[in-house]
Amino acid sequence: MTPAGPVLAATGLHKTYGPTPALADAGLSVQPGEIVAVMGPSGSGKSTLLHCLAGIVRPDAGSVRYGPHELTTMTDARRSALRRTDFGFVFQFGRLVPELTCLENVALPLRLGGLRRRAAEDRALEWLDRLEAADVRGKRPGEISGGQGQRVAVARALVTTPRVVFADEPTGALDSLNGERVMGLLSRAARDTRAAVVLVTHDARVAAYSDREVVVRDGRTRDLAGVA
Amino acid sequence: MSIGHALLGLLEAGPRHGYDLKRAFDARFGHDRPLHYGQVYSTMSRLLRNGLVEVDAVEPGDGPERKRYAITDAGVTDVETWLARPEKPEPYLQSTLYTKVVLSLLTGRDATAVLDGQRAEHLRLMRELTRRKVEGDLADQLICDHALFHLEADLRWLELTAARLQQLATAVRP
Ligand SMILES: Nc1ncnc2c1ncn2[C@@H]1O[C@H](COP(=O)(O)OP(=O)(O)OP(=O)(O)O)[C@@H](O)[C@H]1O
Ligand SMILES: [Mg+2]
Repeated sequence: MTPAGPVLAATGLHKTYGPTPALADAGLSVQPGEIVAVMGPSGSGKSTLLHCLAGIVRPDAGSVRYGPHELTTMTDARRSALRRTDFGFVFQFGRLVPELTCLENVALPLRLGGLRRRAAEDRALEWLDRLEAADVRGKRPGEISGGQGQRVAVARALVTTPRVVFADEPTGALDSLNGERVMGLLSRAARDTRAAVVLVTHDARVAAYSDREVVVRDGRTRDLAGVA
Repeated sequence: MSIGHALLGLLEAGPRHGYDLKRAFDARFGHDRPLHYGQVYSTMSRLLRNGLVEVDAVEPGDGPERKRYAITDAGVTDVETWLARPEKPEPYLQSTLYTKVVLSLLTGRDATAVLDGQRAEHLRLMRELTRRKVEGDLADQLICDHALFHLEADLRWLELTAARLQQLATAVRP
């Protein structure tokens, strides 16, 4: 059953690394299927916010609710299980496993979830195809271009049909044509599967694929929807 | 945009009636702003006066829509000259946004709010253009991208200015 209200809701997040606060009262709420862009200057806390939301980093204070679950108090084991089943991740540089083919990379999350090889690879191939990357299925990450790698990474993030996809600068290392291609495919796939997306980007043209933007400045979030 | 040159260029493919020219213009370049018939006929009579087009056939009856226009050699040369001449880049030195920011600082108002409000408005339009681009054909993509790159440039300026507000505040209010 789908719980009503936001799929993800964070409030009052604080996180300090050493002397400088990375997050100082940040918050963000994401509706099911919504694409939210997180923007802001370098070092403002965007990635830290994303990591807190995804349960990768535990904030010093504040709450992150994913449906009925409170991520900040969950055990590490439960959080990583949840990340595997319910969340998908795309980073600036694909972070694909270099020893595996692209097809095996995309199938990996399904295999880790216990699916048999054949079924996992069938599904992986469907996703590579959706991301217009079926042609590189037999290649290893070192043998493909950055744009192809990011499309493979998006396929891997979406293959488990997660409820939330976290993307940190997914187009950051691409030229604008390839960046747009990745973003167009990511947003379409997310909309098709009704996955919510938290998209960190400093590129306004990429952010324009979202439904809404939030700006982070000095560790604080500001929702532009309330402005103007 | 130079409507005269655009219409003239469209005539190079072959003679057309005024209404046909309007349709061709709207399909390729009109998008948000289709031509009025009045604009077409006043432009065509100017081109006619300058010898850049000629009336190639007239259907029986009256009214300007019965004329069929053809481009002349002088017209072709004119199109060629126009295409070869680079457009003057916009200098963008008279920025209302800059004025608003400085005035906010001078009067002790919240300049960040001005910048954020503008940013939200820019992003709203960028989202709309992006939707149109995603759903559209190549022509839509190119037209929307042109607008999107300009809006992006404005946004970068808004960000840079937001980051320099402290500095700017001391500069305008010593
Ligand atoms: N693991 C870490 N250890 C120490 N400091 C960190 C760590 N992660 C982030 N920080 C610090 O926290 C602040 C926020 O960093 P964060 O990576 O969230 O910024 P960002 O907005 O993602 O920047 P960028 O746009 O450059 O990626 C920075 O001052 C950064 O140096
Ligand atoms: Mg970052």
